[in-house]
Amino acid sequence: MKHLTPLNAKARRISADLAAQEEDVVALQQAPRPHVPLGCSLSFSPGWEVDATGGTAGLCQPVERDLYDCYVTCFWPVQVADHVNYSPDWASNCAAATKDWRNLDIVFP
Amino acid sequence: MTTLLEHRYRAGEMHRFLAAEADFVYLPRAGAIFALDAATADVLGRLRDAPVAHGDLAAALTDDGMSQADAEGLLRELRLVGLIEADHVVSPVALVDSPPADFPLQALVLNVTNQCNLACTYCYEFGADKISTQTGKPKYMTPETARAAVDFLLDSAKGRDAVHVTFFGGETLMNFKLLRDVVAYADAKAAESGRRVTYSLTTNATLLTDPIIDFLAGHAVGVTVSIDGPEEMQDARRVYKSGKGSYAVILPRLKALIARHKTRAITARVTLSAGVTDVVAIYHHLKHDIGFHEIGFAPVTTTEDGHDFGLNGDGMRGVLNGFHALADEWLDHALRGQMHGFSNVSETLSELVVGTNKSHPCGAGLGLLGVSPSGDLSPCHRFTDADEHVLGHVGSGVDQDRRADFLARGHVGAKYECTSCWARPLCAGGCHHEAFVRYGDTGHANLHYCDWIREWTDRVLAIYGTLAVRNPQFLERFADRKGLS
Repeated sequence: MKHLTPLNAKARRISADLAAQEEDVVALQQAPRPHVPLGCSLSFSPGWEVDATGGTAGLCQPVERDLYDCYVTCFWPVQVADHVNYSPDWASNCAAATKDWRNLDIVFP
Repeated sequence: MTTLLEHRYRAGEMHRFLAAEADFVYLPRAGAIFALDAATADVLGRLRDAPVAHGDLAAALTDDGMSQADAEGLLRELRLVGLIEADHVVSPVALVDSPPADFPLQALVLNVTNQCNLACTYCYEFGADKISTQTGKPKYMTPETARAAVDFLLDSAKGRDAVHVTFFGGETLMNFKLLRDVVAYADAKAAESGRRVTYSLTTNATLLTDPIIDFLAGHAVGVTVSIDGPEEMQDARRVYKSGKGSYAVILPRLKALIARHKTRAITARVTLSAGVTDVVAIYHHLKHDIGFHEIGFAPVTTTEDGHDFGLNGDGMRGVLNGFHALADEWLDHALRGQMHGFSNVSETLSELVVGTNKSHPCGAGLGLLGVSPSGDLSPCHRFTDADEHVLGHVGSGVDQDRRADFLARGHVGAKYECTSCWARPLCAGGCHHEAFVRYGDTGHANLHYCDWIREWTDRVLAIYGTLAVRNPQFLERFADRKGLS
């Protein structure tokens, strides 16, 4: 913290929490400055957890698409099916993700 | 195409104060205290009248010479701490949550007797505003009940290495024999499980003898004396049933107590009432003429009309002026590294050091319970023997439904007027008992002293700020005085 000096135990806890956040994961649209990684949209992925209003209704693709893209190509750290060892067929019914994403299988870990 | 939400900021909930020519802020949602720099004060100044858009705020800062990155960093810091917040953010409704049913007990107040050899005219136990219903109930606690209370305390204090027993009355020393038995029993019982018990008692001092004082000193029993000041003030209302004052009786006993009892601080607890409001004179008499280590003051509890002893607005104003004068003395001492004995500052300051943020005004019904001579449990000693407030019995344990009801009503989140008050982390609506006497509901905020509490809390914050600038090491002395409760 540069501008506020914590003066009691509670303020020092807040300060420590904020310091920890500096190295933390950043949400894609963390207000007020959006953190917009390039790349996901190029590989056909909406890439946003939320739309501009904070909901999911206005996403350019169904939110479920994120899962598939993480599975196939992406680095985005979301929990997806392990297509190397346990679920190699997870996307076998999903030839074209834009149309077939509903056919992605359900995986029980 | 993604459109960005344009955030507009308003100032968050805070109480700003100045001390030692520096700018500070107290955050009621956390109980945190921060010092502000000029840039922060500048941002808060811009938000004084109306919300300002993020871009406009950042632009204003860069126009004043700050780099874009620094301006964004400043706004982010203020936003994360809560000094500014987006104007579409809706503050969550205060949550009235209950502690777990097995919340460990920390202290019991044993009303070893409900009898008293004095007849103080303002007494909450026997006076005009009494809520106790003593008819047909035991007047003295029996050894069996006392032992059951100790067993109950130790059983209910799982996870704690130390528990506390406060002896109370009536006049506590009218049942000194029981007190002595309880100390022996509790020490032995606690030792079986590697724990320990600390003790305190409150007394009117009329029955103190050298052997009693030596026992109290030997077992490190903390002693609080109820006393109202110099002779004319003490004898105004702290009288025997005959109307005779008690000052002359207690003076030599107090001198002996302070001379012989060196293991714990000896404190005076002053009840301020109509005509007994000169806190500066009272303090200096008790501190320097008698020798108490610490002196704490509280206005008498009474109803709206106050009978002939309550303090009206002028009386409370006079008390506050006296508090300010003693606060000046306290700060002068602290800047020299010396402790002053005015405990109303010390107690509040201790809570500010840790950043206490209370869900309830005190530990009543949480870590503390009162026990009547019959063994009935109550939220605290002020509710003993009041049928309406029984929370169980030492033999059968806590009535969890009644306790949950008491705590839900007493929760600061349930007191509407408190939700917008910056002093709520320390006050939490004030004394449950006073609320019941005044408003007929333990869960009612004590609205008659809100302004008083805010002015006093602001004063102690200013002391805190001054010490933070000029003698910060002194604040560290208070870190262990009081735990979060």
